[in-house]
Amino acid sequence: MRPGTMQSVAMRPWRLVGGGLPAACCLRWSCAALFSSLLAAGCSGPQSALSPSGVEALHIDPLFWTATWTGVLVTLMIVVLVAVALYGPPPWRAWLGRDWIVIGGGIVLPILVLTGLFVYALLVMQAGALRSAQAGEDTITVTVTGKRWWWEVTYATPQGEPIVSANEIRLPVGRPVRLLLESDNVIHSFWAPQIAGKLDMIPGRTNEVVLEATEPGVSRGQCAEYCGGPHALMSFFVIAMPEEDYAAWLAREAEPGAEPDTPQAAHGQEVFFENGCGACHRIGGTPAQGVIGPDLTHVGSRHSLAAATLPNDAEAFARWITDNQHIKPDNLMPPFRQLSAPDLAALAAYLDGLE
Amino acid sequence: MERDLPNTAPRPDGELETLKRAWAVPRGFRLVTAVNNQVIGILYIGAALLFFILAGILALIMRTQLAVPENDLVSQDFYNQIFTMHGTTMMFLFAVPVVEALGVMLLPQMLAARDLPFPRLSAFAIWAYIIGGLVFFSTVFYDLAPKGGWFMYPPLTLKEYSPGDNADFWLLGIGFIEISAIAGAIEIVVGTLRTRPPGMSLVRMPIFAWAMLIFAAMIMIAFPAVILGTMLLEIERSFGWPFFTAEKGGDPLLWQHLFWFFGHPEVYIIFLPAAGLVSMMVPTMARHPLVGYRLIVVALIATGFFSFGLWVHHMFTTGIPSLSLGFFSAASMAVAVPSGIQVFSWIATMAAGRPRFRITTPSLFILGFLFIFTVGGVTGVMVALVPVDFQVHDTYFVVAHFHYVLIGGMVFPLFATFYYWTPMVSRNMLSETLGRWVFWLMFVGFNVSFFPMHITGLLGMPRRVWTYPEGLGWETLNMISTVGAYVLAAGVALFVFDLFRRFRPTFADSVDNPWGAGTLEWLPTDTYSTRSIPYVKSREPLWDQPELAREVEEGRHFLPGAPTGGRETIVTSPIDARPQYVIRMPGPGWMPLLAAVGMAGFFLLLTVKLVVPAVLSGIVMIVACFIWAWKLDHGPEIPSVEIGAGVRLPTYMAGPLSHAWWAMVVLIIVASSLYIAYVFSYLYLWVVSPEVWPAAAGVPGLPEEAWPVSAGVLVVAGSALVSAAGRLLPRPGRGARAFALLLGLGAISFLAALICEGLSHWQTGLRPTDSAYGAMVYMASFLNLQVIAACTILALYAIARYFAGKLDTERRVNFDNAALLYYYAAMQMLLGLVLLHGFPPLAS
Repeated sequence: MRPGTMQSVAMRPWRLVGGGLPAACCLRWSCAALFSSLLAAGCSGPQSALSPSGVEALHIDPLFWTATWTGVLVTLMIVVLVAVALYGPPPWRAWLGRDWIVIGGGIVLPILVLTGLFVYALLVMQAGALRSAQAGEDTITVTVTGKRWWWEVTYATPQGEPIVSANEIRLPVGRPVRLLLESDNVIHSFWAPQIAGKLDMIPGRTNEVVLEATEPGVSRGQCAEYCGGPHALMSFFVIAMPEEDYAAWLAREAEPGAEPDTPQAAHGQEVFFENGCGACHRIGGTPAQGVIGPDLTHVGSRHSLAAATLPNDAEAFARWITDNQHIKPDNLMPPFRQLSAPDLAALAAYLDGLE
Repeated sequence: MERDLPNTAPRPDGELETLKRAWAVPRGFRLVTAVNNQVIGILYIGAALLFFILAGILALIMRTQLAVPENDLVSQDFYNQIFTMHGTTMMFLFAVPVVEALGVMLLPQMLAARDLPFPRLSAFAIWAYIIGGLVFFSTVFYDLAPKGGWFMYPPLTLKEYSPGDNADFWLLGIGFIEISAIAGAIEIVVGTLRTRPPGMSLVRMPIFAWAMLIFAAMIMIAFPAVILGTMLLEIERSFGWPFFTAEKGGDPLLWQHLFWFFGHPEVYIIFLPAAGLVSMMVPTMARHPLVGYRLIVVALIATGFFSFGLWVHHMFTTGIPSLSLGFFSAASMAVAVPSGIQVFSWIATMAAGRPRFRITTPSLFILGFLFIFTVGGVTGVMVALVPVDFQVHDTYFVVAHFHYVLIGGMVFPLFATFYYWTPMVSRNMLSETLGRWVFWLMFVGFNVSFFPMHITGLLGMPRRVWTYPEGLGWETLNMISTVGAYVLAAGVALFVFDLFRRFRPTFADSVDNPWGAGTLEWLPTDTYSTRSIPYVKSREPLWDQPELAREVEEGRHFLPGAPTGGRETIVTSPIDARPQYVIRMPGPGWMPLLAAVGMAGFFLLLTVKLVVPAVLSGIVMIVACFIWAWKLDHGPEIPSVEIGAGVRLPTYMAGPLSHAWWAMVVLIIVASSLYIAYVFSYLYLWVVSPEVWPAAAGVPGLPEEAWPVSAGVLVVAGSALVSAAGRLLPRPGRGARAFALLLGLGAISFLAALICEGLSHWQTGLRPTDSAYGAMVYMASFLNLQVIAACTILALYAIARYFAGKLDTERRVNFDNAALLYYYAAMQMLLGLVLLHGFPPLAS
């Protein structure tokens, strides 16, 4: 059984976009006015910082546009002044060619403009810091650990039991979520542009950010700090869902992995154990308790495989298991080419069924 | 009128021939031994241009790979190598060297000096750069290129995550450029402050000279931070001293602080000289002096100053507390003010043009620069706004921003420079017709390529990705960027074509002041620069003294010949440029080249772990340096010469007036910057991990107090011995064995202090691999060892000079320099003792 409608709509988000321009972009007339020739590309997109749907990103957005328009005006002013300096009538040029223009345009003007922008930016920054400080009891805490090259995401049950997932972040709409960002290897950077700005994951430190999604939907995020090898293929999905859906999802996520419900899937489970997959991967409720690779307990219900590199279906599982070094070069999982075709299909069916 | 000139009498026969003989450029294969700034300047610029093209080709490969989503033109691993090489080559092998090359080429001409004060040092630095740069770049052909990004953040670049020699090659390549940058800084500081023509006080100095002076000062402060960083990284990679490993009390962010403390000023190190060049060209094209000259000087100094207060804006997303973020954000925005001053000054000068600002190829590049740089400045303000940076940091928005700043702020002025100054060293100008094509191709190509990247970044595309999936809205924008990149490349290719067609280097038959400029580099020249060194009365002497070119050519000004028979130029006082002495300079020689080859061999062989050949190579370098230095100190064998206007100047100088003393002071400033960076690192790691410092459980305690006291006494005694040796220098022609004995004892005393300090920690059981604390403690000794090794070599050299009868109370520069460095070493070691033994008890 596939999950509810929202998820099935978003089942292949990478196929959804790129077609029509969503309404949010059409509203952004300013964008259209400025970059009209480039508008074909649009301002929106599943990973666009220009279509915010989180409190943090919504705070940054007007600051960004204020700075952009100020910049456009400054650039236009320089262009006009240069044109006057080159081709203006002599009296205008005489007016421009004096010391005072250097003091007025080079010192007074920038100080005024920059001070204004700086104060505005400070206010936005303080608002973010304040939210972190005020995060109280209704705040959910989620730990995200940067791995090479995927994301381990640890939630907690209402009783405090850890629930380990990977490569997607679920957010209940309208509730602040405190993310603890960590790494036990190299530096990564967590960035979900529609929700908030980025923050690095640095070994030996824990960085904290409080997020809050404002509307349900699926967006995409990506590692923003170069982390070697397949850094380009280290992405994730952010799924903002109504609070009651979130609670239901969390309850499902806390359960052990589904028992195989077809003979093929049952065979797949055997293949899984015979090939030692459990040394690296964990499946709750089974002897597989590895912690090196992603937790697979509910892997079948996720939006993607291999950190948003592949869609999530049986065919993709099979491709990944045999061909992962081609799909995502230098990732730390060895390819299992020795599996026979029926074994591979069975294993893929088993994993796909872990919902 | 004629009577006011320094030399009114007819010039004697044979004077010009002697001058020509002294400055003759070696022919045939011996051309590689040339040291004159015009010859090696062209070589230097040519090499930098080669690296620009090579790194540009890498950029085209990257753009082609990214033209369409999920492309597999190049592999992930190769892409990671070439984006690392593109950044590293552009920053370290093109941008900084080409600016220094322009300094080498243009500064002596603008100052009408016959050469830079240390010609062989320039030659050495250039050869080291060319050899090291070519070997470093060639790693891309055999899969050995570094792939950690040009910023090389640990832990990614530590042995665990980057096995193999790739990262070591990066550290090696940077080592070369660090050495040649510092050699260049010494040349430029001493050159601008001491070899200006008589009468050219600081307020009459061309803006480019000001910019280069500030450039050199910034190198002296900024480069040591990255030198320390690269040392720490290589030591951790090779020996496991955990400076950057969190489990042992290190911190990956320490690297980022050190790297960006260098890396941000680096941008201004590149930009300031380019802005200086623009400030030279705009007045010429306007036929009007620069409006706001003094404000521009203040702006240049302010930029240099502010640039050291904004390195953290590269680290806004590392989770630094918001108070610091606010401070560094403000500083990052403040730096826009001095840039604004310069932009408005150029606009005002253009407006004041007589009759109008002339539109030539250099003018077009300057106008293009103004537009592009303004956009880059505006986006710079945007990324300085912390919340905006949270979104755009490490995305293509930032890629667009810094290419606007660097290509706009540096490459466009550079191309203006090529078109503007080529006539100074070539028989032909470059083609003005083709030049316009070059400009428009580059300008349009640049904007088409980089403007869309702002949007690509805002749509979420991170930097340093070798591929991307379709459906994120990035496809069209990336394709446009790729097309633009090829148009830009076509412009550069057309320029290179024109260069081959028209550029014919010459010293005597260059084009004669085609733009009607007002500064001294447009005087008639030959290999010896100008026939006589002019007396300067204003900022644009060629405009204000119309007869100047003829007078100079007729030998009516200072030093019209080569009175000592060799190469020489006038050294003047640093502020008001009064003649002080005549410096005798070395001519062509094999030793700088041999020393550069030896140094390249040393580092390269060490990188591939061939220790014995590496050491042999290092010995070749030191021996070559000795041979090279042996003939430098002429001593006062010719007491004084007449330079004109009845002025007789000595030909030898020791003590604080001498250029050698100034060079040593520059080197000491570099060494102290390095040590300050070390002290910062020590305290920083303590703040991060006090639990690995003494007094914490499981950490060996400090040595007994007797140890540091002994080391301190040895340091003080060593300094006293060196000082006493100075008083015992023999008079010329006499002997005084006690000198050699005391200097030798002083050297031994310093070595003993070094060993005493190292042993004191070793006997407590502390090892450098234990923790960040242990690593830092032994790092102090390592830094002391470096300085003491240099001191010891200088002391042995002074003793050898003494026994050869070439060191006495008058001819004493060798000793003075050794003593200066010893006094510095003493201060550094004493500060280290206070820090390592005094700080932990206070802190616990």
